[in-house]
Amino acid sequence: MRAFSHDGTTMKGLRWAVRTLGEVLITLGLLLLLFVAWQLWWTDVAANSEQAVTVQALEKGFGPAHGAERGAADPRVPLATLTRVPFGEAFALMRIPRFGADYVRPVLQGTDHDTLTKGIAHYQGTAFPGQVGNFAVAGHRTTYGKPFSNIDLLQKGDVIVVETKASYIVYAVDRHVIVTPDHVDVIAPVPQHPRVQPKQAWMTMTACHPRFSASHRYVVFAKLVKRIPRASGLPASFMAAPAGTVG
Amino acid sequence: MYGPLWRLLPGPWPVKALLSLVLVAGVVAVCFLWLFPAIAPYMPFNGNSVGAPQ
Repeated sequence: MRAFSHDGTTMKGLRWAVRTLGEVLITLGLLLLLFVAWQLWWTDVAANSEQAVTVQALEKGFGPAHGAERGAADPRVPLATLTRVPFGEAFALMRIPRFGADYVRPVLQGTDHDTLTKGIAHYQGTAFPGQVGNFAVAGHRTTYGKPFSNIDLLQKGDVIVVETKASYIVYAVDRHVIVTPDHVDVIAPVPQHPRVQPKQAWMTMTACHPRFSASHRYVVFAKLVKRIPRASGLPASFMAAPAGTVG
Repeated sequence: MYGPLWRLLPGPWPVKALLSLVLVAGVVAVCFLWLFPAIAPYMPFNGNSVGAPQ
């Protein structure tokens, strides 16, 4: 130590090193805080505006809703169903009255990180809306616009309307489970019964659980209630606010 | 680290302060637009799907 205390240059160098280390650590701390702000606040701001644009584009592409001018649908025309959607493409709108009368989010093909930031993500290979099997989707419960923020508020019987170019597909919530992320049976054609041949149209929604954690998944199962051709319009009763709706 | 940077900035102190703010804004923008989106997929709290990620 004597060498240090009597050597001005070494002292100076030491002071510089300590100060620089301190500054680097403070900078890293600020960057970490900045990342938290980005994740919790900015991703919502950016995703909400981006998803609103996607919703508008889809609505425009689907044509006028409630096709009143076209009258009732021709019952002889079979309901068209989707068969193939390119990865990452938005192909449907999801409305959930329990989440608010104006709640509408785009549904996109694929469940990678990027797709999940753009809306509700459809598990590739699972059924399309209204088809027999399981129309399985995933959504963020926090951050990136958090489309499934209130998934835990869904109750049995709550209506979920999926809108495609051809039809409105109305599902009603059946039940929910909380599982670890390895439970792929929740998106089986018959949810939680892999290897069973499906006879009805199911829908599965997955989101993280608890909030801000990836340890578990909150999973909601819904059953098909009705498929309505777009031209007929969606009966207002389906979009009525369910009892006990908050916000 | 910040001392030499401050001395490197030209002009009187108000100009230096303004330039520092611009630099900070630039760093924040780079983080928000490129750095953070790039590292977010590796964060352990972003999972929402079941099974292996696609």
